[in-house]
Amino acid sequence: MGISVKKTILTGMTAVLLSATALAGQAFAAKDSLIMGVALEPPHLDPTAGAAAAIDEIVYANIFEGLTRINENGEVQPALAKSWEISEDGKTYTFMLQSGVKFHDGADFTAEDVKFSLDRARAEDSTNAQKGLFAAIEAVDVVDATTVKITLKNPAGNFLFNMGWGDAVIVDPASADGNKENPVGTGPFKFANWAKGSSVNVARNDAYWGTPVALASASFRIIPDAAAATNALLAGDVDAFANFPAPESLPQIEADPRFAVVQGSTEGETVLSTNNSKAPFNDIRVRQAIAHTIDRQAIIDGAMFGQGTPIGTHFAPHHPAYNADLINTYPRDLEKAKALLAEAGLADGFKATLQLPPPTYARRGGEIIASQLREIGIELEIIPVEWKQWLEGPFKGDFDLTIVSHTEPMDIGIYANKDYYFKYDSKPMQDVIAKLDVTSGTDERYALMKEAQAIITNDAVNGFLFELAKTGVWNAKINGLWKNSPVQANDLTGVSWSE
Amino acid sequence: MTVTSSNTKEQSTIARSTWQRALASRSFVIGVSITLLIVVLALLSFVWTPYDVAKLVITNRLKAPSTEFWFGTDHFGRDIFSMIMVGARNSIAVALVAVAIGMCIGIPLGAWAAAKRGWIDDVLMRANDLVFAFPSILSAVMITAIFGPGAINAIIAIGIFNIPVFARLTRGAALSLWSREYILAARVCGKSPARITVEHILPNITNLLIVQGTIQFSLGILAEAGLSYVGLGAQPPLPSWGRMLFEAQTMMAIGPHMAIFPGIAIILTVLGLNLMGDGLRDALDPKLRGEN
Amino acid sequence: MSWFIAKRLVSLFVTLIFATIVIFAVLEIIPGDPARLMLGINATEDAVSALREQMGLNQPIFIRYLDWVTGLLSGDLGKSFTYSSQVSELIGERIWVSLPLALLALTLSTVIAIPIGLYAAARRGRTSDTSIMAATQFGIAIPNFWFALLLVYVFAVALRWVPAGGFPGWENGIWPALYSLFLPAIALALPQAAILSRVARSALIEVLGEDFIRTARAKGLTKSQTLWHHALRNAMIPVVTIMGLQFAFLLAGTIIIENVFYLPGLGRLVFQAITQHDLPVVQGTVLLLVATVVVINFLIDLLYAWIDPRLRSTTR
Repeated sequence: MGISVKKTILTGMTAVLLSATALAGQAFAAKDSLIMGVALEPPHLDPTAGAAAAIDEIVYANIFEGLTRINENGEVQPALAKSWEISEDGKTYTFMLQSGVKFHDGADFTAEDVKFSLDRARAEDSTNAQKGLFAAIEAVDVVDATTVKITLKNPAGNFLFNMGWGDAVIVDPASADGNKENPVGTGPFKFANWAKGSSVNVARNDAYWGTPVALASASFRIIPDAAAATNALLAGDVDAFANFPAPESLPQIEADPRFAVVQGSTEGETVLSTNNSKAPFNDIRVRQAIAHTIDRQAIIDGAMFGQGTPIGTHFAPHHPAYNADLINTYPRDLEKAKALLAEAGLADGFKATLQLPPPTYARRGGEIIASQLREIGIELEIIPVEWKQWLEGPFKGDFDLTIVSHTEPMDIGIYANKDYYFKYDSKPMQDVIAKLDVTSGTDERYALMKEAQAIITNDAVNGFLFELAKTGVWNAKINGLWKNSPVQANDLTGVSWSE
Repeated sequence: MTVTSSNTKEQSTIARSTWQRALASRSFVIGVSITLLIVVLALLSFVWTPYDVAKLVITNRLKAPSTEFWFGTDHFGRDIFSMIMVGARNSIAVALVAVAIGMCIGIPLGAWAAAKRGWIDDVLMRANDLVFAFPSILSAVMITAIFGPGAINAIIAIGIFNIPVFARLTRGAALSLWSREYILAARVCGKSPARITVEHILPNITNLLIVQGTIQFSLGILAEAGLSYVGLGAQPPLPSWGRMLFEAQTMMAIGPHMAIFPGIAIILTVLGLNLMGDGLRDALDPKLRGEN
Repeated sequence: MSWFIAKRLVSLFVTLIFATIVIFAVLEIIPGDPARLMLGINATEDAVSALREQMGLNQPIFIRYLDWVTGLLSGDLGKSFTYSSQVSELIGERIWVSLPLALLALTLSTVIAIPIGLYAAARRGRTSDTSIMAATQFGIAIPNFWFALLLVYVFAVALRWVPAGGFPGWENGIWPALYSLFLPAIALALPQAAILSRVARSALIEVLGEDFIRTARAKGLTKSQTLWHHALRNAMIPVVTIMGLQFAFLLAGTIIIENVFYLPGLGRLVFQAITQHDLPVVQGTVLLLVATVVVINFLIDLLYAWIDPRLRSTTR
């Protein structure tokens, strides 16, 4: 009797719960909408006024467009500029613009908007976080409503690529100031609403000038921690993560036929950044001792559950100019490491701090590195920091060691900047990069890139750990999401559901 | 909660019968046993643990509980039983020092307020209200945000909240004693308020304070676990129970033992302390005991 | 009575004023440059200093405090550094997650605890009482975030009955919203219910031992009549007190629970704002939570005074 009553109650409860879940499901069930999980909430939605990747991950190519755009493979493609001509001396670019384009608020897109946007971005009081992209521009001139001429101070091989960054999108003078809260662009999706702390929602722009998108709406759900991400995916609350934050859950997800797990490449060189100007790290023998102690595979296995490619230098291993031999420069050899430390007068080891920003690769990788370095007598005090503290401290050069993934594409040039936070000052390196800037032939450029890689590896500037993996996890019925991430973006323009 | 202090007899005679009563109480015995077990494990971890918790052996990661690893291993291949032993050290230290802070500052303040009354009393109690107005977890998050995360700052954060608890309790209990005849008699004899407080008031409220201390101790264990869980407590490589739970979160599917054992450790410790406190209270207050 | 209320009101305001000073001062000490944070890692030094000027961060601290307090009086809590919107708007949005969550948890905890407390008090000393009290000891000892983890694993991941977390928003219907608050509310409520049922039990036992109950029994009322009509009402005082304190605790307890279930409530807001150094948001939210606690304490005091006139003459 007692048992059967209980059972009835339980069945009743289940029924109520199930019907409620069904109800909840209906609101999202239509197959022309997508819920995408993102790790960080953007501070605002104006890509021209902040460097946060979280902004571009929502608005890039979806809401805002620039003259050019970067595609999945990292190639420059036409966008608002349907074509362009480059003068003989490489200093004048003439862009032919798409006609009939309207901003989401109905305003017409013209050459005036291009001039406004670029002049605003490079102005003295501009809050654009990537002013460097526009540094080469001498003048922007409107030729006619659909033609713009940009004059450069000096030829810049990257100019078309630069114009494809999220920071270089075209905005309308009338709505530019409101873009942080209510972004108005020319893209295939319109901003719908932003539930702070929860999600940013976009809807299809029916007046779009280009190929219409298949999705009627999309929601970027903010899920900051790995546990919540796993749960949300398994529970069906989220359809896709472009960059899934919990590698430990992948075996479980791969075994589930509902999901597709897609391994792509990133531009993220994860390194043990070292303060090259601070004792004892200013001694190359100490840095080499560290390099001989680090066991990359243990870090990749322990921190990333096997996701990631070991790197021997600061360069993406999928790039043709990657110098693959450098991975063997410092094989794990504790005796040699101890000998190097002894030579440097630190036979008994030393103490230092290791500051770790929030991502899993840093927090977990840091614990493993600390444990490895302890084997040669280096005691690391682990200090977890938020990104804000990281920007205030390590990034301003106030640190011993830190772990960070440098996700900008082709960024080996930072090693030629002696003021960059790892304070590496090397004349040979600066010379090679200077030469690279003025070299145009592909083979010559690759040779210089390989030389640069060898220099920083031989100097053991940083502990080179691994190339970050990009593990996309999404519903198996979704097509068209990016496999790789050449730029920070969740381009939804080609996404559709198959049934 | 209401504070009843009915004992006015001399301390020593009470103490003996209290212990006898306490030891006769089942919950007290169970509570003390559990607490002792945890404390012994924590102390033992200084000299011996089954495995070295500072050494990460990645190839051993996520082993299920077995005779080799009693509670299994974590994602870095560390032995969870050893981590729980070392973690106990951290939990106990944080909670204990936090209680000590609360007692060392709260009790004198409360006793002072009760002895002096007047504006000092008002000011102290208003200050108390002020601290009480900040929910403990909130002030802990704020304090660790300023000084950075770490065991020491967790202690301060939890300790600050303990101060008004003890101040209020001491003041309330002391006030009721100050109106008693024998205290009045002592005053008439010309003893100073400070001396009366030390000689007559404090000895008579010690029991009350010990019981409250046990409760705050167990609350401190929970608070420390919460702070470590959100990343504001003890920092790696030092193991702490809250952190272990945080790390276990994403491993629920592949290593549920990572979440289960630290959780049980917290529950047992808090349970042990609470049972001990309850047993003590029952033993100290015969009136309540009779009704149980 | 009115004299007592006036006196308590004054101390309420004094506490609030000191709270504003403490909150403002404490948060000013937090190191970090919000302008740098807003612009991100690659921003130039020029851009940062331009923004600092724009945000009024170069003013002296005293001026900024006065600005903040005068703003408070007109309901203006300032503008968030990280989100470019008004703090009052943010709090206005988030409170519709935290407040219903805290209320739901309080309701659940009361609905669970009172009957258990009654039952245990009525069966005092018997096996059922002892086992219930032993169970509540466990309930008190369980950390709510650990309990939350287990709930998510069982009901959301394994059984898929309820969402693992997140909040669909009230605009998508009441039921989906309530269902997403269900697990967090249980996680918050159960440990509180354990405490509350113990309080209810001991309060009832105390009341049952008092003279007027004996009189009632002597008048010929049955045991259950006595329990319901006389004892329960009188035992409500400590129970309501604890409920008041619990409400404040629940509101603050959402800091951790909202992080487990990634609910966009006040707790998540304040936690994120602290890590992002978003001062206006931290100040506004903390003040709101603190004011809630102070007001609840004030109401409890009034309740006490109303019930027990003797308390009005003493200053607590």
